[in-house]
Amino acid sequence: MAMSINADDCTACGACESECPSKAIRFKGAAYVIDPKKCTECQGTADAPQCDEVCPSGAIAKAA
Amino acid sequence: MSSPIISLASLTTSPAPRRKGGCAATGCGSSTRPADIDPAVWEMIKDHPCYSEEAHHYFARMHVAVAPACNIQCNYCNRKYDCSNESRPGVVSERLTPEEAFRKVVAVAAAVPELSVLGIAGPGDALANWKNTRATFEAVRKAIPDIKFCLSTNGLALPDHVDEIADMAIDHVTITINAVDPEVGAKIYPWIFYDHKRRTGLEAATILLERQMRGLEMLTARGILVKINSVMIPGINDDHLAEVNRAVRARGAFLHNVMPLISDPAHGTHFGLTGQRGPTPAELTALQDRLDGGIKLMRHCRQCRADAIGLLGEDRGQEFTMEKLPETVTYDPAPRQAYRDFVAAERGDRGAARDDALRSVEAVADDVRLLVAVATKGGARVNEHFGHAREFQVFEAGPKGIALIGHRKVDAYCMGGFGEDATLGPTIAALDGIDTVLCAKVGDCPREALVAAGITVTDAYAYDYIETAVGKLYAERFGLTAVFA
Ligand code: SF4
Ligand code: SF4
Repeated sequence: MAMSINADDCTACGACESECPSKAIRFKGAAYVIDPKKCTECQGTADAPQCDEVCPSGAIAKAA
Repeated sequence: MSSPIISLASLTTSPAPRRKGGCAATGCGSSTRPADIDPAVWEMIKDHPCYSEEAHHYFARMHVAVAPACNIQCNYCNRKYDCSNESRPGVVSERLTPEEAFRKVVAVAAAVPELSVLGIAGPGDALANWKNTRATFEAVRKAIPDIKFCLSTNGLALPDHVDEIADMAIDHVTITINAVDPEVGAKIYPWIFYDHKRRTGLEAATILLERQMRGLEMLTARGILVKINSVMIPGINDDHLAEVNRAVRARGAFLHNVMPLISDPAHGTHFGLTGQRGPTPAELTALQDRLDGGIKLMRHCRQCRADAIGLLGEDRGQEFTMEKLPETVTYDPAPRQAYRDFVAAERGDRGAARDDALRSVEAVADDVRLLVAVATKGGARVNEHFGHAREFQVFEAGPKGIALIGHRKVDAYCMGGFGEDATLGPTIAALDGIDTVLCAKVGDCPREALVAAGITVTDAYAYDYIETAVGKLYAERFGLTAVFA
């Protein structure tokens, strides 16, 4: 249970990183990535995944 | 009827005599302060190219792109878009960490003594990236104590940061306000991210507009100068901007800058893709004229890139990309100080020249107007070669005074070394309605092409102050003897 970032759509703006309550998002190499071990899908802290709510590029979806 | 930005009355009033060797009186350095501007405000804006039409001839700004994230979506913005040939707000090629930005500012201050202002304007929102914005300003303040800071924001996060903005001596803030009515706002902002939630429609617009107004009030209550930017979107907010103008004026905004929507399907913005057009230059000028009775409008705005460097109208950003910067930098205040001394002398001189110029246009009784395009590379002088000009500043001379009313961008047609006539067509189109072009030098070929299009071009006033040149031209044209020595 985790979200993930589609690198093709991500513009590396970093908005998701500062909103993530679980500190699951990091800038790695050339793109932002979500650590699936840390991601809680924001359950218990917010109504909806904060990264997806803030992302302007629609780059975030449930990990397959 | 609109009044010129530099009103005749404000300029013909003699400035307070300069006191020798002392700065106690307001006269110091303010010999060109228009009389309708409060001395305390003039101190804050006189070296700021974006706030003072006078300063934009002398001083340079730089923007550092340390703020990539945004907390709202606008229909005229596509966050994926990035093109180094573009010159639009919110579009930028080089994103920096605060440490990189610090190195860049110090390197630029050493090479560009005109530098007076550091701005953070995106490519996202300066306040949605507050940690980066604050870290950058703090580091630079330590090294260069006298530099001015400004930032641009959509206003959503503004009320949360006003106290820190005041504490950090950021004395200029720009808020982009495109509407004061949520019904209008909802057509411009598809969503905002606020209080841990994405909000859309009227709810989004209502929250945003309320936060913008509150932030504006909080800033002006603390004596911070606030400029409002509005994007003019025909059919959506063009008629509404008069109401925006009234609302922001009532809350103490200092300047209102109306910018044209730049819309192109290739940009991939919502407006671009749905065929929303931008205003024509005539529509923009008509709206600016209509609002002129309100707070001062800024007609010299160039919609700079978020990493622009240099005088307004020029961008030296490519000279200072990260890979060209040294690993370590130390700040030397000497070049900037020397430049300031030079400007202080030039300003006194120019102020006197301008008074003379204005007397000569004042002497013409009839309401005859002259539109003059000037090729300049700064210093308020006619000092650029026609073929090298990338833009012309447009001045209107009439019995009410001489006013900068805008600028026209062109492609410098002789960059290749030959006079490629092929590109003169667009230049002539850009100069539509202009009576005379003043420049430092012009070749026979372009001169003849312009004459054929009904535009006079002359280098007779090369290196004069712009107002002096325009004043002389006006006096000669309308059969007066100019009052110049
Ligand atoms: S869903 Fe929540 S916890 Fe997971 S990465 Fe996004 S913001 Fe972080
Ligand atoms: S908010 Fe979206 S575009 Fe921005 S860094 Fe995160 S995934 Fe990428």
